[in-house]
Amino acid sequence: MLAVEMKDITKTFGMVKANQHVHFCLEEGEIHALLGENGAGKTTLMRILYGLYKADSGEIFVNGKKVDIHSPKEAIAAGIGMVTQHFTLVPTLTVAENIVLGYTDGITVSQKDIEKKVAEASQKYGILVDPSAYVKDLSVGERQRVEILKALYRNARILIMDEPTAVLVPQEVDVLFESLLRLVKAGLSVIFISHKLVEVMAVCDRITVLRDGVVTSTVNKSETTQIELAKMMVGRETFGVTRQSTRKTGKTIYELSGITLEGKHGRKLLNDVSFSVSEGEILGIAGVSGNGQGELTEVLTGLMTPNQGSIKLMGKEITHLTPGQISEAGVGRTPQDRHQGIVGDLSVAENLALENLPVYTKNGMLDHKKIIQDAQQKIEEFQIKASPNDQLRTLSGGNMQKVVLARALSRKPKVLVASQPTRGLDVGATEYVRKRLLEERDRGTAVILLSEDLDEVLALSDRIAVIYEGCIKGIVPSNEATPEKIGLLMAGAC
Amino acid sequence: MIKLKLERTPAPMWSKALIPIVAVVVTFIITSLLIILADANPFTAYYNFIVVPLSSKFSALEVLVKATPLIFTGLAVTFAFASGYYNIGAEGQLYAGAVAAAWVGATFTNLPAIAAVPLELVLGFIAGMLWALIPALLKIKLKVDEVVTTLLMNSIIMYFISALLNGPWRDPETGWPKSPEFFEAARFAQLIPKSRLHIGFIIAMVLVLIVYVVLKKTPLGLQMRAVGASKVGAQFAGINVNRTMLIAALVSGGIAGLAGVSEIAGIHYHLISELSGSYGYTGIIVATLGGLNPIGSTIAALFIGLIDTGSQTVSRVLGVPVYLGDVVQSTLLLVTLGMLLLQNYRIKRQ
Repeated sequence: MLAVEMKDITKTFGMVKANQHVHFCLEEGEIHALLGENGAGKTTLMRILYGLYKADSGEIFVNGKKVDIHSPKEAIAAGIGMVTQHFTLVPTLTVAENIVLGYTDGITVSQKDIEKKVAEASQKYGILVDPSAYVKDLSVGERQRVEILKALYRNARILIMDEPTAVLVPQEVDVLFESLLRLVKAGLSVIFISHKLVEVMAVCDRITVLRDGVVTSTVNKSETTQIELAKMMVGRETFGVTRQSTRKTGKTIYELSGITLEGKHGRKLLNDVSFSVSEGEILGIAGVSGNGQGELTEVLTGLMTPNQGSIKLMGKEITHLTPGQISEAGVGRTPQDRHQGIVGDLSVAENLALENLPVYTKNGMLDHKKIIQDAQQKIEEFQIKASPNDQLRTLSGGNMQKVVLARALSRKPKVLVASQPTRGLDVGATEYVRKRLLEERDRGTAVILLSEDLDEVLALSDRIAVIYEGCIKGIVPSNEATPEKIGLLMAGAC
Repeated sequence: MIKLKLERTPAPMWSKALIPIVAVVVTFIITSLLIILADANPFTAYYNFIVVPLSSKFSALEVLVKATPLIFTGLAVTFAFASGYYNIGAEGQLYAGAVAAAWVGATFTNLPAIAAVPLELVLGFIAGMLWALIPALLKIKLKVDEVVTTLLMNSIIMYFISALLNGPWRDPETGWPKSPEFFEAARFAQLIPKSRLHIGFIIAMVLVLIVYVVLKKTPLGLQMRAVGASKVGAQFAGINVNRTMLIAALVSGGIAGLAGVSEIAGIHYHLISELSGSYGYTGIIVATLGGLNPIGSTIAALFIGLIDTGSQTVSRVLGVPVYLGDVVQSTLLLVTLGMLLLQNYRIKRQ
């Protein structure tokens, strides 16, 4: 029997069609992967199942019965549990308290009773947790187990795991997989959202691939290969842009070697990242979101200091400099999230001046005239729709990004770090930003382009590096970069 | 049933300008209930609150006297809050400044006024800075929440002053816990004969200008405002966030110290533990009402000074408790804060 059947699900957000006529079937006792790139519609589909979103059209059947799920509460009642990447636990409560929270009867709670109940559940499902431990003392993997047990404690028979391995270290991943396999043996059904081919091939029975909100295919694991899955996941019919020429690039001016950044619990967010960029070259860094691009951007822009490794600009060590010093040394920087790079309450002109205040200081006072004049000139040059005295927060995303870019380029940098420069921008603004990046390259700037938009990376880059779980999986010259090749690297295929 | 929803939209400029006026009106409407409960006519009460204090020269000057320490503490809080450093310790820093001034005022009996007064100001400023230093260092080195530490420092200095006044500085003749009287030259000059208005008010006004220029016209001020509005954005632009916050914290402490100097050298001429009528805390109200703008906070200080003076008039004339003034102040703050938040929302039909 089918545990879940979702028929003809369509969901749109404004202009974006997140799911289009999606059919999805989960059989009882299987682990079923939902595979796809960022924005393919995997999470949207599952949020509809869990009652967080309402589908525009379509029907859902659970255990053969048509259901109408309006809230997570109703989903739980129907036997559906969801474990997201962001845990919803109370750190200052114990494991047992977290698990029974909101699922107790009576008005008193006996610590002993709930610990006993939770220990029993832990035994029954083989999910090992210490009921009396405080959640704040647990590792990420342990917290995830608490989340899973919480769902099971509420009698979930269908478990949705949203990118469960994204936050885990490799050993914890193995433990998770063992737990999941034990659960399906006990008759549960698991939906496993992922974009990692290796994991999908390791643990799932069937795989449904989503691309741009549409189901590409549903296949049995035994009947497919990683290469075939990668094609289904990223394989575009046409790639639009092929590079006209490979430019002759100048000498190497920016070098990263062995950059390692550790997060909490010693997890390596960046692992031995090395690459170099030459004058007049765009190095694209492709990857599925959350594989270390954010951390790499913060290291490159000086917001974070790596635990190991070195960054050199024209032979000079700049690893431990502050953001201000890095900018002064000749690195133009745009942040991954453009809101990080601006001060919304200040004016456009003030934001443009902020990075280079000495230039705008006369006799110890701010030179307002020059600040406004320069801002006016930047506004014209970058076609920013705003006036110098407008509060920056009132600008649209595209115009904000132009301000960020204008400031980054205002000191004529030798190296430009452009992180997600066109994310969320409309077509016009996107084109403009891309054009500027190419102009910078032609000027002789070494450009590092971090983007989750594979088309963008392919269209602009001279070389493409792929980042996966904090490692550079490979660096490919643009004329050798095929979608399959990059797609496989992005999905971490071996 | 009509379904309504709250929608977040940026407030238009005119609403910001209207807030102070509307807030005062709303406050009067709310507090008039209390006045009615106290068996008085709200209109007579507010006439006495607002108009009467301004109708005689003596009481109008008294409004300025009451506003003087609030202008100082309002500026101190504005300076810190503008940089996102939440200094709740202006009260303690005020006392630190007063202690320094009390020491000068009782020690250097031979100094002429031209030397004694600047010395008091400088040492008072430094003392306020020093009292602000520990929480500031804890904040930037160890990320300890400054709201808690600056607040606790207020209690510490009260015990320190109690020890001083009951120990070395106790009045040898009367045995009262108060420091020795200031010698004549160490006292602030009166501005107008037979009124209590002293040069502290002038110093405060000059300071308003200085703080305004620093915040709005200098690179430091721009850096401070950037840090206050977005620490991440400021850091990304290369601003040293910690250094900026340290400067803001120390200067804020120094300005609060000047409030103490002004009160002790201008009004009391000796240190007592009731020197401040919670001016440090009222400074937070003043700065908030003033929208963290030096000019705005000065206007707020004058208004609170008016209400303070008026509450005494109201109490005398109508027999309502003098605490009504505190209620009006507090209500005004809550109404203003509420309006500052709510102006960003619109109620729409669903």
